[in-house]
Amino acid sequence: MANDVLIGLDALDQSPAERRGSGQLGSRIWRGTWPKLAAIALVLIVWELLFLAGWKHFIFPGPAATLADLGDQAKTMLLWRAIGITMMRALIGFGLALVIGTVVGALTARIAPLRAAIGSMITALQTMPTLVWLPFAIILYGPNTSAIIFVIVLAAAPSIANGLIAGVDYTPPQLLKAGKLMGLRRVSLYRHVIMPASLPTYVTGLKQGWAFAWHGLLAGELLVLIANEPSLGVLLNSDQEQQDMAGVISIMIVILILGILVDTLFGRANNAIRRRWGLT
Amino acid sequence: MSDTTITEAPATVTLTGVSKVYGRGATAVRALDQVTLSVAPGEFTCLIGASGCGKSTLLSLVADLEQPTSGKVGVGGRVALMFQEAGLFPWLTAAGNVELALRAGGLGRAERKQRTVELLETVQLGGFGAKRPHELSGGMRQRVALARALAQDADVLLMDEPFGALDAMTRDLLHDELDRVTAGRNLTVLFVTHNVREAVRLGDRVVLLSSRPGRIIKEYPVPIERPRRIDSAPVAELAGEITDRLRAEVGRHGK
Repeated sequence: MANDVLIGLDALDQSPAERRGSGQLGSRIWRGTWPKLAAIALVLIVWELLFLAGWKHFIFPGPAATLADLGDQAKTMLLWRAIGITMMRALIGFGLALVIGTVVGALTARIAPLRAAIGSMITALQTMPTLVWLPFAIILYGPNTSAIIFVIVLAAAPSIANGLIAGVDYTPPQLLKAGKLMGLRRVSLYRHVIMPASLPTYVTGLKQGWAFAWHGLLAGELLVLIANEPSLGVLLNSDQEQQDMAGVISIMIVILILGILVDTLFGRANNAIRRRWGLT
Repeated sequence: MSDTTITEAPATVTLTGVSKVYGRGATAVRALDQVTLSVAPGEFTCLIGASGCGKSTLLSLVADLEQPTSGKVGVGGRVALMFQEAGLFPWLTAAGNVELALRAGGLGRAERKQRTVELLETVQLGGFGAKRPHELSGGMRQRVALARALAQDADVLLMDEPFGALDAMTRDLLHDELDRVTAGRNLTVLFVTHNVREAVRLGDRVVLLSSRPGRIIKEYPVPIERPRRIDSAPVAELAGEITDRLRAEVGRHGK
């Protein structure tokens, strides 16, 4: 009897149908997309109005001319090569920052003297404007890709390390207790409890680290111009020198889109984790 | 444990003059004061008391998560702990939670899979292994936690108000489940609660603690035959007697 009651209760406790958002896939995508499209349309309208109003009309192009310029540039190899070079630097720099930030974060989180020694320094680094490192990097490496990568790593690694440290700090004590009582110790406790528990905060740190890396990268590219390496920064710079406002805005649009794309990836990862954990 | 003098069967859990003080000087809080208690193998002991009686502290000491300020704690065997919140790992499925305990115990992969299925069936959750904790009800989560505790192959199960957050019906059913699961295993249970009826329903013995500091006031053997019902007359009668004593103790703090 009691058995039936228990199983009945379990059945009642499960929601009848797993609702994963309502409606068709198509309508769901549309619901997420139209506000974004509307926002873009609004920007274009304001821009066009500014243009029609004749604001700085000798140098300020309208959306039509700018988008045409962007279209032209997209047909040349130069833009794609520049995107390739810039994204490759981003990848290498962020990759290095990921490794360094994670190792430093993991060690700092668990080793008390190390924590006391460099914990606050990591935060101090995080608040320091990235560009401050550029003269240092240029003297150290010369005006080349290494200097830019150096700046990216210093921009992103502190956020990544801090994300991991915060994640370790906020591991629910009850889960730690549960793990310890299971007989998990040191490395296995770290691997099976502390690391997974830190994951959401760590991903937040990665996302923030990426934002800093992206800032540092573009700033570095604007200031460290390398011959025969047409990065997005170099393109921006040459457009500026030629007073080509349409070109400048085109590259800015490209940079904006790339930033949004990568940010979306981090957003996806974050949402996937939150859904898995039942945090949403 | 040569300095303990227990004449009966060797106890699984012994506390000898155990005190626990938090902090120092004027702000020090004495959570437990000279607690002496021994629990026989297979015995189900309920600890009951009002807030501040150091129930949870006592469990932490037995679990070796904290050390006593003075006195001696002896535990013969492995210890598992259950809390009011199931404390399941949210990134693992129900089966994954049970399996991790088996893995920590050093079981091989194939054996783990099989034991996990068995343990989930023991708590009647055979069909829910693939669910994540947030997809289960509170009662189901506690049963996963119970399966996980059993997976640790513990001799002593410490339970800190494990059913405190559940509705009455689920709690009654879990009492039956706990009876059934512990019956065949010779599992020694130390169960903390502030629900007197629950203590009488479950325990072979109920130990009443005072508050601030926690001292043992009185021990009540529970000579009521199993299976018991929480709403039966003998349970209600003994629970009434203990409640009166508990109220007297709490009232002392109002003066």
